[in-house]
Amino acid sequence: MSSVKTEKKTPLIRMIKRDEITQKKTWMIRAVAILGALITGGILILCLGKNPLQAYSDMLRGAFGSKVLIQETVKQAIPLLITAIGISFAFKMKFWNIGAEGQVLVGAIGAGYWAFFYAATLPKIPLIILMIVTAMLFGGLYGLLPALCKAKWGTNETLFTLMLNYIALYIIKYLANGPWKAAGSSFPKMPMIHKGVRLSKVFGVHWGWIIALVLVVFASIYFNRTKQGYEIAVVGESNNTARYAGINVGKVFRRTMFLSGALAGIAGMLQVAGCDYTITERTAGGVGFTAITVAWLAHMNPYGMLGVAAFIAVLERGCNQIETTMAIPASVSDLLIGIILFFMLGCEFFINYRLVTRGGKEEQNA
Amino acid sequence: MEQYAIEMKGITKTFGKVIANHDVNLQLRKGEILALLGENGSGKTTLMNMLSGIYFPDHGSIKVNGTEVSIQSPKDAFDHGIGMIHQHFKLVDVLTAAENIVLGLKGGITIDRKSTNKKVKELGDKYGFDVDPAKKIYNMAVSEKQTVEILKVLYRGAEILILDEPTAVLTPQEVDKLFAVLRNMKEDGKSIIIITHKLHEVLSISDRVAILRKGEYIGTIETATANQSTLTEMMVGHAISLEIKHPEVEQGPEMLRVHDLTCLNSEKVKALDGVNFSAFGGEVLGIAGIAGSGQKELCEAIAGLYPITGGTVLFRQKKDGVEVMENIGGQDAQNIHKKGVSYVPMAFVPEDRLGMGLVASMDMVDNVMLRSYKDNKGFFVDRKPPKELSEKLIKDLEIVTPGVSTPVRRLSGGNVQKVLLGREISFGPDVLVVSYPVRGLDINSSYKIYDLLNEQKKKGVAVIFVGEDLDVLLEISDRILVMCGGKVSGIVNAKETTKEELGLYMIKVGGGKEEIA
Repeated sequence: MSSVKTEKKTPLIRMIKRDEITQKKTWMIRAVAILGALITGGILILCLGKNPLQAYSDMLRGAFGSKVLIQETVKQAIPLLITAIGISFAFKMKFWNIGAEGQVLVGAIGAGYWAFFYAATLPKIPLIILMIVTAMLFGGLYGLLPALCKAKWGTNETLFTLMLNYIALYIIKYLANGPWKAAGSSFPKMPMIHKGVRLSKVFGVHWGWIIALVLVVFASIYFNRTKQGYEIAVVGESNNTARYAGINVGKVFRRTMFLSGALAGIAGMLQVAGCDYTITERTAGGVGFTAITVAWLAHMNPYGMLGVAAFIAVLERGCNQIETTMAIPASVSDLLIGIILFFMLGCEFFINYRLVTRGGKEEQNA
Repeated sequence: MEQYAIEMKGITKTFGKVIANHDVNLQLRKGEILALLGENGSGKTTLMNMLSGIYFPDHGSIKVNGTEVSIQSPKDAFDHGIGMIHQHFKLVDVLTAAENIVLGLKGGITIDRKSTNKKVKELGDKYGFDVDPAKKIYNMAVSEKQTVEILKVLYRGAEILILDEPTAVLTPQEVDKLFAVLRNMKEDGKSIIIITHKLHEVLSISDRVAILRKGEYIGTIETATANQSTLTEMMVGHAISLEIKHPEVEQGPEMLRVHDLTCLNSEKVKALDGVNFSAFGGEVLGIAGIAGSGQKELCEAIAGLYPITGGTVLFRQKKDGVEVMENIGGQDAQNIHKKGVSYVPMAFVPEDRLGMGLVASMDMVDNVMLRSYKDNKGFFVDRKPPKELSEKLIKDLEIVTPGVSTPVRRLSGGNVQKVLLGREISFGPDVLVVSYPVRGLDINSSYKIYDLLNEQKKKGVAVIFVGEDLDVLLEISDRILVMCGGKVSGIVNAKETTKEELGLYMIKVGGGKEEIA
């Protein structure tokens, strides 16, 4: 009984959940967050003895400075956007698919099979169609597997999909070392795909960007207008409600995870046929994880993902640029991306809550 | 000036836009039992949570024994001698009563079980508790767990006790016992606040009543000067008839027959054990029982949401013009629903409204189409018919909502229930199962729900009403089925039975009559 407090004391800072918030205020908070991120990043650059303003303007120039650079930026955004849309299918259902990385890779393998071995025998159009279909099938099945196991044995999908990423990675290592190894190469790498299979360009970028835009519209319609999209939303909110409504929860899990994986598979196919022209361990290159951020920041809204994917692509291109022009190490530019994303994700807290300090006047109409 | 045990002044607490308490004053005299009365959602629990350190007030001051204090955690509350017994018990299942009671207290590394058991026993005897200190919590009935919670608070030397709706889970006999204990504690000089919305309990136990309405403090009066209607008027804001209508309807055909129904729960223990009963058109069949006696499983098994191990669930169906009882037991909700495309046999309002009956984040249109969206042919959903139905429901059932596109979780409890019940009734069912339909609702909404159910009864629907308030069940039901440990303990005529008889059935299958006979 030693600590009986008699004096009046209010906690220093309290958080209060916001009930509603205007659109304007939401964007204000986001703007402040970006500003905060730029300032924090600027201090970091300053510590390295470089001029932050120049760094930022160089970043913009790196993303938009010339036609080629803009095309590069778009190229960077394509797999990010498609994979994010794929992920959002699973996330809307609260199925935590963090295996997009692996699904992209197996999609690439599916597409690579045709590109490596049938480029000479099949005409281009059926070949491309076969590549897309196989990539979707591979990616889809790779996504289906954790859904099946979850329905059957209640396995944890997060761990399961994460582990599948590594399996996909090692399959590629195996293929590059053995059966698919480039002829005459002393390194364990796969050959370049035949020129005839490479995707043609529209406005200087392979036509994957058209697919990405179509998928944005498709996903938006699927989520909002179709029975299947409605079922995903119900299952995501509550399995019990879904059962009550007569929805076969396991079936929705399987169908949606197949779609989720299939979309990631398309991203893999586009990387092989439109971008890298081969398959390496870096074909997915972290896209599967960055796409989680994209989907989350956009609140699973396909049009929002379009914006966020573009934003992150600009960041990545920009950081590439300052690595070369200002000799800022790659690790620092990664750090810069990290800071910006941290602020963007962190500001969501302030959109949901407001803080009241001790003695501070309370907002009456927040 | 009189020194109060507790004096709260100008307390305000908001959650977002919701004002839970606004400028509330409350005084608790030493050695009295104060009833805190108010409808659901009037802010009783929030106010008490600020005394027990769970919430911190936005404005206002709290004095304990005349000194102003700041209560920032449950530990602070204990330091001031305040102990709260929550509605949902916070006990460790695998420990014994005594172990739970000393849990978290300062002491050596080891527990001297013998001496704590003895101390707990003595404390129980002092106030007239019936408790076995060495019994594990998971072996205990609800009333025993409550006893442990109260002892836990007393053991820590609380002088001021707050009980949140302590009678909600008890049988009438157990309520009497609890009240006797509370009176003993009062004799011993303890000050007690009891939260409730049951008027007859207020009148029988308390010295004074403090009334809250919609977060506002209305006033405190001496219980001796109060009666049911004055209290209701203060609580609701206007005079209201407390009588539940009971239309006399001629009994219709048998709509549902449950035969020897047995279900195992996930631990392979019988949740339902040989349940037999029939429900007829034009009647309200009440289902009573201590919480967790198999009511939930029964409802879900009838609705095809709970796996059936044995027995049958028969619905009246028309086949080639001939009425037959068809077994749908063991079929899942999907198949029951498929049948329902042309002929919906049953509607179900589950107890977990926002977790099972509705999708909290979706708007009314999307919720209304939850059970019918599949009827639309093709790949797309058609939101036009559900939108029209939603608008009709808002008008017919007086649902208060900004519009059909507001997420249902933003609606008040009563309006949520109206959306759910309205949707289920809109199918024109033969059997309507409603589980705890007025739990958490204010008085006006509750009576609207009773009216809707009576309307269905008049239409010839077999209404199955699972309830916890025996007074309500006695008034609205034609027959009452009492469950006990997954079995049908008895089926009685509501007009001929009493609360005490139901209480006996609730704790023992057959109401212990066999032994007397």
